[in-house]
Amino acid sequence: MLHLRVTRMRRTVLIGLAGALAVSLSACAESQRDSGGGQDGGTLVFGATGAPSNFDPFYASDGETFRVTRQLYENLVGIKPGTAELEPELATEWESTPDGKTWTFTLKEGVKFHDGTDFNADAVCKNFERMYNQTGAGATAALSYYWIENFGGFADGKNPSLYKSCTAENPTTVKLELTRFTAGFPTMLSQDSFAMQSPAAMDKYKANDVKAQGDSFVFSEYARSHPTGTGPFKFVSYDEANGTIELQRNDDYHGEKAKLSKLIFRVIEDETARKQALEAGDIDGYDFPAPADWDALKSSGNNLMIRDPFNILYLGITQKNNPALKDLRVRQALAYAIDRQSLVTSVMPEKAEVAKQFYPSTVDGYADDVQEYPYDPDKAKQLLRQAGHENLTVELWWPSQVTRPYMPNPQAIFGAIKEDLEQAGIKVKPISKPWAGGYLDQVEVADAQLFLLGWTGDYNSPDNFIGTFFGTTENQFWTSGSPWGDELAKAIDEADATVDDAEREAKYQEINRKLMSEYLPAIPLSHSPPAIVVSPEVQGLVPSPLTKEEFAPVSMSSSE
Amino acid sequence: MLRYTIRRVLQLALVVLVLSVLLFAWLRALPGGPVSALLGDRGTAESRAQLREALGLDDPIFVQYFAFLGRALTGDFGTSTGVSPGKPAMELFLERFPATIELSIAAIVIALIGAIPLGYLAARRRGGWFDNASVVGSMIGISIPIFFLAFLLKYLLAIKLGWLPTGGRQSAGLDATRVTGFFVLDGLLTREWDASLDALRHLLLPALALSSIPFAVIFRITRASVLDVMDEDYVRTARSKGLAKRIVRDRHILRNAMLPVVTTVGLQTGALLSGAVLTETVFSWQGVGQALAVGFERKDFPVLQVVIIAAAMAYVLVNLIVDLSYAAIDPRIRTAGKVG
Repeated sequence: MLHLRVTRMRRTVLIGLAGALAVSLSACAESQRDSGGGQDGGTLVFGATGAPSNFDPFYASDGETFRVTRQLYENLVGIKPGTAELEPELATEWESTPDGKTWTFTLKEGVKFHDGTDFNADAVCKNFERMYNQTGAGATAALSYYWIENFGGFADGKNPSLYKSCTAENPTTVKLELTRFTAGFPTMLSQDSFAMQSPAAMDKYKANDVKAQGDSFVFSEYARSHPTGTGPFKFVSYDEANGTIELQRNDDYHGEKAKLSKLIFRVIEDETARKQALEAGDIDGYDFPAPADWDALKSSGNNLMIRDPFNILYLGITQKNNPALKDLRVRQALAYAIDRQSLVTSVMPEKAEVAKQFYPSTVDGYADDVQEYPYDPDKAKQLLRQAGHENLTVELWWPSQVTRPYMPNPQAIFGAIKEDLEQAGIKVKPISKPWAGGYLDQVEVADAQLFLLGWTGDYNSPDNFIGTFFGTTENQFWTSGSPWGDELAKAIDEADATVDDAEREAKYQEINRKLMSEYLPAIPLSHSPPAIVVSPEVQGLVPSPLTKEEFAPVSMSSSE
Repeated sequence: MLRYTIRRVLQLALVVLVLSVLLFAWLRALPGGPVSALLGDRGTAESRAQLREALGLDDPIFVQYFAFLGRALTGDFGTSTGVSPGKPAMELFLERFPATIELSIAAIVIALIGAIPLGYLAARRRGGWFDNASVVGSMIGISIPIFFLAFLLKYLLAIKLGWLPTGGRQSAGLDATRVTGFFVLDGLLTREWDASLDALRHLLLPALALSSIPFAVIFRITRASVLDVMDEDYVRTARSKGLAKRIVRDRHILRNAMLPVVTTVGLQTGALLSGAVLTETVFSWQGVGQALAVGFERKDFPVLQVVIIAAAMAYVLVNLIVDLSYAAIDPRIRTAGKVG
């Protein structure tokens, strides 16, 4: 009896202690909930494929970061929804001197950053000076990729820079001076990295405080938790433990206010998990659904929107390691050997198109009369005979562990091309490597003979495509080893520097003709339309060919 | 005892050091790495070279290793390049560790609550339909891949029936205060009951999937152990003394039968991490297992280093504690090696 009582007493004491501990712990852990309510315009949860790198778009180059920052920030110039065309954003109008080196922007009045400070000409110049004066880690391509790609060098003068100076003429007029004319200006300013950020917030939270650490970079407090723009949504939190980024409507927005109260991005790395989350209603949409899922998503009532393609998939040809590939006739034989129409029909998603040159027809300088290479294995064999390479053997590289908007199924694309080449009597040695596990490394240093790669355009400019591929001779195709490598790079530079629109258009068209007839450094394969899918409740989302969707006009029908 | 402890701690340090060398060398021998992870298909040969220089990746491997070691000793394992780019790897690990522990505890609790009574009942009804059905069920539990079971549970309970969420740790947009990183506990501590309940709903499916193997193993061990104990003389004696059935069950059968079960639970808990990699991936559970899976896919060296070294350290530390406790109990162990 005594034993039983002691046991009970012990239990009572233990329960009491546990209770006291719970009470004391809960006394330490106060709820931090915001008790204030708010009007409910609905919440949209969008599935993201990965975590954003940070929230300072200047230091970013990945789509998952830009998808978030695009809702927080605005640029001087924007892109008309659903197109790749330029439109005013924070600048209402702009003009340039005849030489195209001095640009005057008139700014929208009454615009404030999320921290309440004014957006004006002074803020614009502080943004440009901040970008131009990057040093150390901030000046590497891993962080300032878009600045380097578009403006070149920094204030340290190591490399020539397109940027010269910025002057605030008055609060609503800003003058930007460039060192040369480029056709890409001012369209290039529509890119997410060149968003206008609050100078006060950047100073307060040390936005430039970024440093290399170990194998990567550590970002500033600003970039991690205090992004401050002028956009229709404001940053609330990034709950990394739960993989969610929460934004709320900016009720002081200078334009038409966002319809949603909250916009949440939820990181779901696994593609199947994203699809299932949409089916179960846990998320309201996600980007880049696999083409194999398109029919199922549509038949379950979701709104699958196929964008206009603004990308290119090509079969790269590197002339370094296989002497036969230096011969134009061999490269042309490869082009004739591939049944690109069949590839597009059988392997690529709905609405994909055969690529006739290195960028889509919506981009300036597209030439309708380039040399074409219709499927003709006999012609391929004949060209190989003429070149003395009837027994041609080539390495064909394809990446594993990846899908890209322009390359939704690398293995199937590889399989189709391999079969076509073999039909033309070409021996194919397949080489596959993981995308981030050697493929890109080796392709970029021109180790691969034939390889699959592509590009999604950032803005409507030929230079953004062919300038990126062939603008220098140190590239994947090893054009430095070709007699025409320099000539091609110079021609692209000259076209980009041509002020007169018609003259420039003609120059680009001529480059495209030569690219397809005389040079053929790669074989353009297809333009593939990426899709975005949302639940039937999501209204007003306009798909963007540049994959730059804005959520401000979006509403949820369930909350209306 | 002190000398023994010092010796074992030094051995532990050596094990971790050797592991860190092997891991560092192995990761660097893999193709790809941080440059591809950071630049993707936008890198050029020039920008790649510049980045390699900025990150010191062109230095000799031993220089890189000592730089890594120097930083690691201060808790700095570098910054994530793929799992959560820009986030210190150690911070990422510490943030995700509670998620994996929460999931593992839930899985073990489900396994214990279900498997021990079932194992006991199956043993008591040996050869009956319940016993046979339970044994078949446990065979399925052991043989069914966690990945498949996770998909099956998700499909039925989350997608088709809509009873539970498909993934994540808490509903997006739920205003929840974080205290410990254990979401269910956090909700209780802050009296945000809805947050706690929501976290529990998210926890249930992955925990069920993860519990399948420990459930089946614990069930089988319990059943076998109870069967053994039931045949023991002391049980027969207890019964013949006329003790109440409940007392015979609780004090004589279950208590003795639990010894091998407890050992099994310990081993199964340690094995949960491998199951967590798959379960966390299927349910988008932001834990260490998912970080490991994504880290491998995206060649996130800093995250892989911290997760693998931390897992190894935990394993070695547990072993150390066990060894020290043995040594405390048995003096022969701590003097072993002294006598020739």
